[in-house]
Amino acid sequence: MAAIEMKNIVKKYGDGFPAVNDVSIDVADGEFLILVGPSGCGKSTLLRMIVGLEDITSGDMVIDGKRVNDLAPRDRNLAMVFQNYALYPHLSVYENIAFPLRLAGAKDDEVDKKVREASKTLELDEHLDRKPGNLSGGQRQRVAMGRAIVRDASAFLFDEPLSNLDAKLRGQMRTEISRLQKRLGITTVYVTHDQTEAMTLGDRVAVLKRGVLQQLATPRELYENPCNLFVAGFIGSPPMNFLPAKVDGDSVELPFGKVKLPADKAQRAQGKDLLIAGIRPEHFDDASVVDNPDESATFDATVDVVEWLGNEAYAYIPFEAPPEVQKQLTQLEKDLDGESMRTQLVVSLDGASRIQEGDNAKIWVNAAKIHLFDPATGENLTVDAEHAGTVPSDDAMAKAEEAGHAQDDVHVTPEA
Amino acid sequence: MTGKNKALIVVGTILILLWCLTPVAWIISLSFKSQQAITNGSPGFFPADGDGAGWQNYVDVINDEQFRRAIFNSIGISLIATLLSVIIATLAAYAIARLEFKGKKLVLTLALVIAMFPVVSLVGPLFDMWRAIGIYDTWLGLIIPYMSFTLPLAIWTLSAFFREIPWEMEQAAQVDGATSWQAFRKVIVPLAAPGVFTAAILTFFFAWNDFVFGISLTSTERARPIPAALSFFVGADPFNRPASLLAAGAVVATIPIIVIVLLFQRKIVAGLTSGAVKG
Repeated sequence: MAAIEMKNIVKKYGDGFPAVNDVSIDVADGEFLILVGPSGCGKSTLLRMIVGLEDITSGDMVIDGKRVNDLAPRDRNLAMVFQNYALYPHLSVYENIAFPLRLAGAKDDEVDKKVREASKTLELDEHLDRKPGNLSGGQRQRVAMGRAIVRDASAFLFDEPLSNLDAKLRGQMRTEISRLQKRLGITTVYVTHDQTEAMTLGDRVAVLKRGVLQQLATPRELYENPCNLFVAGFIGSPPMNFLPAKVDGDSVELPFGKVKLPADKAQRAQGKDLLIAGIRPEHFDDASVVDNPDESATFDATVDVVEWLGNEAYAYIPFEAPPEVQKQLTQLEKDLDGESMRTQLVVSLDGASRIQEGDNAKIWVNAAKIHLFDPATGENLTVDAEHAGTVPSDDAMAKAEEAGHAQDDVHVTPEA
Repeated sequence: MTGKNKALIVVGTILILLWCLTPVAWIISLSFKSQQAITNGSPGFFPADGDGAGWQNYVDVINDEQFRRAIFNSIGISLIATLLSVIIATLAAYAIARLEFKGKKLVLTLALVIAMFPVVSLVGPLFDMWRAIGIYDTWLGLIIPYMSFTLPLAIWTLSAFFREIPWEMEQAAQVDGATSWQAFRKVIVPLAAPGVFTAAILTFFFAWNDFVFGISLTSTERARPIPAALSFFVGADPFNRPASLLAAGAVVATIPIIVIVLLFQRKIVAGLTSGAVKG
């Protein structure tokens, strides 16, 4: 068990491609850290630098107080689970799990004891004699984890371990990994592009974009206090709504009408012209199901489509955005691996709401939860800095943009 | 598949088998006829009454000191050449498949060029060189050309196999605590085994069947391999070549090849890598 410190880590490939740019993250002993971001954000590269499969261009990788930059993977005592499991097909499940022990020269009875222990934990007992080729995806995944837990590694590293499983199995394995990590209490770094995994598994989550660290915080902090547009758009499903906004005194003008802001938020946004307001879908509701909706926080809008899910319903309300905001939003959508078809507001309604498609509905918005972003820098003007974890710098988005240009100059972003 | 298609495939297979195996069957038939019968002309496939020689031809061949020596030479030379070629090719192919180094293209191109070189054009120079350095008419003198001519094919075959093996296998082994050499030996080579055995069979065939080098780079039975030895097999009467004995010799010379193929074939289990990665 060990703490992992990354200090100003930079990865530049031979052709000048800057994959990771000046990332500093401290992972405490026993902590579960998630590296998350859209494809090509350098999260896998960072993980591979921790384990030693990629060279570090500059910066220090310190594991358990020891600088490991120049150590070979086998000397770092880390266990890794690969995205495609990387099981040895010519060996039985037993020998696959025993492989690290055999390399370490362990005695047969010790190997047997540890392998059986691991296989019991992962419920692989009846499969020990089979070859990986005869196992299902979930079983292979468990064998890969068995190979990791069988030895006393300083830390576990997971590289998108669940991305090849189907949705149901993914949910089960997610819980399994979480339980295992808590029981073993071992430092874990976990790479994923799936924000559900990021939110549910991690003690802390590091959001990366184009090799630049955007925010490092607990899932709750990320959700409630995103430091910039990118983090705000990446975390949450359905994603946060971004609307053009103008602050005038203590109220903000949205495409659908004026809403009164809490004083401190209005204060911070003074003197700016056009802003982007970020409001999560659940911070809207049907005014008719809200007790005593404040008249100054409601507006009327025509609902285009309603998706009723039982416990809640999503209503879609299209709006027009001015070109300067539109441009920023399109770029954001691209960064998030999405394709924006149209600018629309997604509103999460109470399941009891009777709003129908085509209705002109009265919508209530929780003004206290509105975030205001500077469209030029993407910075969150209304962030609560005390509850936003670590924000490396105010212009993380701009840095990522810069790194992105440098990357595009070299070649089209590879699949990370 | 429709019944008609199936029938066509069966007919086609039978035609091809007939085409390939008739000469073999003929040789076998010849090897069981007596010398007398062949001199007199014996057109039947099965020996006519009184023409059969039974196993006598085989007994004669096996008892022939020269022939035994030639078989020994052939087996020794072919096995050593195969072993060396496969070892060198495995290492070279691994480097070509995995590493980025200067001159990688050059190595591959050179290998191809060597493979395309007509064997006959090299016989003269080799003959001179081998006599000058004293390895003419030795095993080594044959092993070297066999190796050089089979290496290119072996390298190309094996590097294709190595490329199929996911990088992660090796990285996983390294993370698990293996040195590069351990990762290669314990993970990569077992996975490439089908390729290794394919390369081995091809190399062995080439060495076993070669005639040109065998007859030009040897002068005595010290190193003369079977194909060359058969051509010296004239028997007592130079004007009356012992065709039935030769046939028996040819059959005996074919047996090791069949044995080797059957042995290696078990090892060539295609799709051994299935289950390594997501499926």
